[in-house]
Amino acid sequence: MFYRENGQFKTTYRSDQQIFPVRQDRIFIFAVLLLAFVAVPLLASDYFLKALLIPFLILALAAIGLNILVGYCGQISLGTGAFMAVGAYAAWNIGVRFPQTPLIVEILLGGFFATLVGVLFGIPSLRIRGLYLAVATLAAQFFVDWAFLRIPFFTNYSPSGNVSVPALSVFGVSLQAAIPKYLFVLSFVVVFALLAKNLVRGAIGRQWMAIRDMDVAASVIGIRPMYAKLTAFAVSSFVVGVAGALWGFLHLGSWEPLAFDLNRSFQLLFMVIIGGLGSILGSFFGAAFIVLVPVALNHIPGWFGLPLAIDTAAHIEHMIFGALIVFFLIAEPHGLAKLWTIAKEKLRLWPFPH
Amino acid sequence: MTKMKIKHVAATLIAAGALGAMALPASADDQFVPLLAYRTGSFAPLGIPWADGKMDYLKLVNARGGVNGVKITYDECETAYATDRGVECYERLKKQPPTGASAFDPQSTGITFAVSDKAPSDKVSIMTVGYGLSQSTDGSVFPWNFPLLGTYWTAADIMIQDIAKREGGMDKLKGKKIALVYHDSPYGKEPIALLQARAKKEGFELLLYPVTAPGVEQKSTWLQIRQSRPNYVLLWSAGIMTPTALREAQATGYARDKMYGIWWAASEGDVKDLGDVAKGYNAVTIHNTAGRGKVHDELKALVYDKGQGSDTNGTTVGTIAHTRGMVISMLTVEAIRAAQEKFGKGKSVTPEQVRWGLENLNLTQEYLESIGFGELMRPVKTSCQNHTGDDWARIITWDGAKFQVKPDWYRSDASIVTPLVKEFAEKYAKDKNLTTVKCAG
Repeated sequence: MFYRENGQFKTTYRSDQQIFPVRQDRIFIFAVLLLAFVAVPLLASDYFLKALLIPFLILALAAIGLNILVGYCGQISLGTGAFMAVGAYAAWNIGVRFPQTPLIVEILLGGFFATLVGVLFGIPSLRIRGLYLAVATLAAQFFVDWAFLRIPFFTNYSPSGNVSVPALSVFGVSLQAAIPKYLFVLSFVVVFALLAKNLVRGAIGRQWMAIRDMDVAASVIGIRPMYAKLTAFAVSSFVVGVAGALWGFLHLGSWEPLAFDLNRSFQLLFMVIIGGLGSILGSFFGAAFIVLVPVALNHIPGWFGLPLAIDTAAHIEHMIFGALIVFFLIAEPHGLAKLWTIAKEKLRLWPFPH
Repeated sequence: MTKMKIKHVAATLIAAGALGAMALPASADDQFVPLLAYRTGSFAPLGIPWADGKMDYLKLVNARGGVNGVKITYDECETAYATDRGVECYERLKKQPPTGASAFDPQSTGITFAVSDKAPSDKVSIMTVGYGLSQSTDGSVFPWNFPLLGTYWTAADIMIQDIAKREGGMDKLKGKKIALVYHDSPYGKEPIALLQARAKKEGFELLLYPVTAPGVEQKSTWLQIRQSRPNYVLLWSAGIMTPTALREAQATGYARDKMYGIWWAASEGDVKDLGDVAKGYNAVTIHNTAGRGKVHDELKALVYDKGQGSDTNGTTVGTIAHTRGMVISMLTVEAIRAAQEKFGKGKSVTPEQVRWGLENLNLTQEYLESIGFGELMRPVKTSCQNHTGDDWARIITWDGAKFQVKPDWYRSDASIVTPLVKEFAEKYAKDKNLTTVKCAG
């Protein structure tokens, strides 16, 4: 009833090609942004911002990065945690060695170094694909873990091998409190989500999708697989590297390589699969599902005043979470983003389904 | 399920929720203590008795009537040893009413690092009894960190002292080889700086063997040890790595009585299943936590006999990890007590006041006797310069069935540890651009 594009005529190519061609979608997205930038900082508690929203946003950003590679270009990667680590450690090293560098530049340079490593480990994708490529990117994960554990230069000869960031500030505003931290992360995520959305809609995104759908056919119609695959690796690891730097700097503040281990790579891959392959919005859904659902499950017994022992609660949480994953994958193998699309389709017909 | 049934279930759940809300009347003058724990995950065999011990002692304090009448409330939060989970727990519990978190014991090096960064702005203390950053002993750089009773540096130093004693003096260590087999993580790397300083001073050779986590694959490490034949092996392991190392030592014929484990690598759970394989294995304990004190009897009488104990299987009470958990809770409670004595007896105190209490702990032998810890600990006194307090430790040896405590008491050599603490604390302050606190005196 409300969600219907009748009467919204497109008279220019420009208006036909905008990101959200339907007016209701535009209103919705502006409402969400308004909510995120204004209402949430005003209403949310410290706990909500620091423990839930900031990790959710950063992991959503990493999932966007991975989705570009896996969802749009069809190259399976198990090295996401490694690229996050490269971003975090590179940004930290720049901060330690050149203390005058502004924070935003540090984070972007973190992304730049992650790009270099990403492209390097993307080279095998020119020859191998599918599961074999997954194993090759796994090598990136183990190599990077090893490098940050064993090469003391990367941790500035810290005796325990953990690194810790100094007090952060950007444009003279301290980023210690929850609200500025949240707004900083949110701005990064919004900008990068917009960039990613536009990239995948443009020529380069179409090349990625062509490679994903059938690389031989793509090369026949004039798409260079090397260029397409390596740009996918580059863009993906840049975004993932920035997410890694944000994770280290703004969420943890101090970390060891364990924060970016193989489990992180799997976690991000699950986000992308559950959220929806080849969907920017799906990355947010996936991150929300993986980050927020376990915490919510953890709280539920408390809300009902059931005195569950924490270990029982943890086990139940694992079981329900696992069951939910299986349920969603059976109910909608294309992820939560597909459910969202179906819901929108249904809304267009509502209240007169046929 | 029919609609009727769903309604029924929903009604029951809502009723249960309402009851639950009523069942927790937190009075204004309670003191809140957060309990981070890992009862699941790969380190759970250590985490369960530890968590039970921490909770049991708080129950005992409440059964004794609280701290000058102030009852302790507590909430456990499961971290599964994961840093992001731990940060979530920390954020959840730090402002918990009525008082906010008195002090955190994160139970993990990774979580400690992450929350140490947040603690100064949140104004809560991080207690790391026997772990954490060794240089955080220096309270002028780390005002909110308390590595009470010992750090990895003091532990490593004490191991070297016991080795020297066996060899017949520090001068006998010259030319000897000592190997460190460590979990390749900040936890395992922590003692290296101290061992290098000791090696330089005493002239022994230090061999480093990192083992990739989780440590189930150690064949090549022990083959290297077989080749290099170190006189002693120090073991900085965790979880499954400990029994694996002991089995590999047996397989390569390395004498277990030449091996020294750190306290986290020497709980009953680590060696019980090995039995005679681990016979002779030495380890260092924090104060005398492998012993038994009056507090155990009191715990039985006041908590377990009333059916309120945390250990429902009857397996954890009396183990080293459980006793250590009780010691940690005892230190928290004594910090609260010290803070009350300064800021108002019989009233709850703020986390900031608890920090003062942690910095001004003074537990005399008589006092420890009176709370049942006389046999388990020696007197402890903390100050602004020294957030560790008195780092006494003892050596224990596994005899195939239980740990036997050796008679000696050791403490670390200040001439080695103190300059190292100063050096690394200064570097930390410089790297992080910290302004240091001026310690009085």
